[in-house]
Amino acid sequence: MIKEIALIIVSVVFVNNFVLSKFLGLCPFLGVSQKTSSAIGMGAAVTFVMTLSSAITWIVYNFVLLPGDANIVAKVFPSIRELGLIEVLKTISYILVIATLVQFVEMMLRKMAPALYESLGIYLPLITTNCAVLGVALLNTTDSPKHLGFLQATVQGFGAGIGFTVAMLLMSGIRERLALVNIPQPLRGVPIAFICTGLMALAFFGFSGMVQ
Amino acid sequence: MAEQNNLKEFTKGIFQYNPMFVLVLGICPSLAVTTSVKNGLAMGGAATFVLVCSNFIISIVRAYIPREIRIPCFIVVIAAFVTMVELLMKAYLPPELNASLGIFIPLIVVNCIIMYRAESFAYKNKPFASVLDGAGLGLGWTLSLCLISSIREIVGSGTLFGVKVSESYQPASVMIMAPGAFIVLGLLLGFFNWQKLRKSEKTMKSLMKND
Repeated sequence: MIKEIALIIVSVVFVNNFVLSKFLGLCPFLGVSQKTSSAIGMGAAVTFVMTLSSAITWIVYNFVLLPGDANIVAKVFPSIRELGLIEVLKTISYILVIATLVQFVEMMLRKMAPALYESLGIYLPLITTNCAVLGVALLNTTDSPKHLGFLQATVQGFGAGIGFTVAMLLMSGIRERLALVNIPQPLRGVPIAFICTGLMALAFFGFSGMVQ
Repeated sequence: MAEQNNLKEFTKGIFQYNPMFVLVLGICPSLAVTTSVKNGLAMGGAATFVLVCSNFIISIVRAYIPREIRIPCFIVVIAAFVTMVELLMKAYLPPELNASLGIFIPLIVVNCIIMYRAESFAYKNKPFASVLDGAGLGLGWTLSLCLISSIREIVGSGTLFGVKVSESYQPASVMIMAPGAFIVLGLLLGFFNWQKLRKSEKTMKSLMKND
């Protein structure tokens, strides 16, 4: 059990890093990676939302969307038992879960940890449109080679968040240095950031094959 | 006059406000699906459909959406159209194309371009103009996807639309993998910046001469 969880975390942080090999969450990755402090704040917030949303979307997927005896909606509308709601409601229900969750986290943090809330500022509401959050929810429930259990799905969400944070942290370190370097005029700003990301992705390529 | 304005709403998305190279929006799907031109075209078509339809619906109902909850309303409209596209593509396109696009079709929901146009154009303008705007930006995005994917396909697998370019060429397969995508996009952005800088320098020089 512990071995399996460790494998999931290593695989999702290093081998299949969401930013560097799956191209998920690039907008905040480029937008917020100019300073190390904001990169850490954004990473922490995203990790938190990703973990919770993986857990909740797993429950929604297994007990509301999938056809079968476990479906709650089927208790009221028997015809749902055979069909399920998976085809039509998946995207909408996931994005609504994530949007509500982000709102909820925002309210909770404002009440319980005002200091952290202040330091995250505008990054919190922006997490809703971070494609890494929706991406991990979709990957947990569709693209996996086998059906993931509740714990595995949650761990995968947590690990994806950690991987996102690691990539942001490395990138912010590079970009703080890049600000001091003499770069050809047309490449300044976003283009050089992309080229650096490419080189980082090349380095992370070395991890591939470590875990299947 | 009115016709000219309509034409402008359409063409501005291709050059002046090109989503990829000027606004740098929607980069996640554009890097993930551009391994071949066919994938790029399919993704561009799907996103254009969603963009046009959601712009149309949002500009029709914009008077009834309160300002405070407009973002959730936009998301629900967009998600509905994305689900339609997903089902249509599953029904009519070859399965291997669907498999290679994977989760990036449902991820159109969180594509920044669509949200950006809903917020900054469709919420303030008439339906016809919004449709033109959506079509223009969608076309601009599709064209840039084609540019990136043709470079990556030619260099990375030595083919274009699946047809071999040259017999003796050894493909550099790193280009169709993650690092190649980032580097191609970075260099292309740099190239377009260089063009823009050169143009502005020229106009500066001609202005100086006139003075």
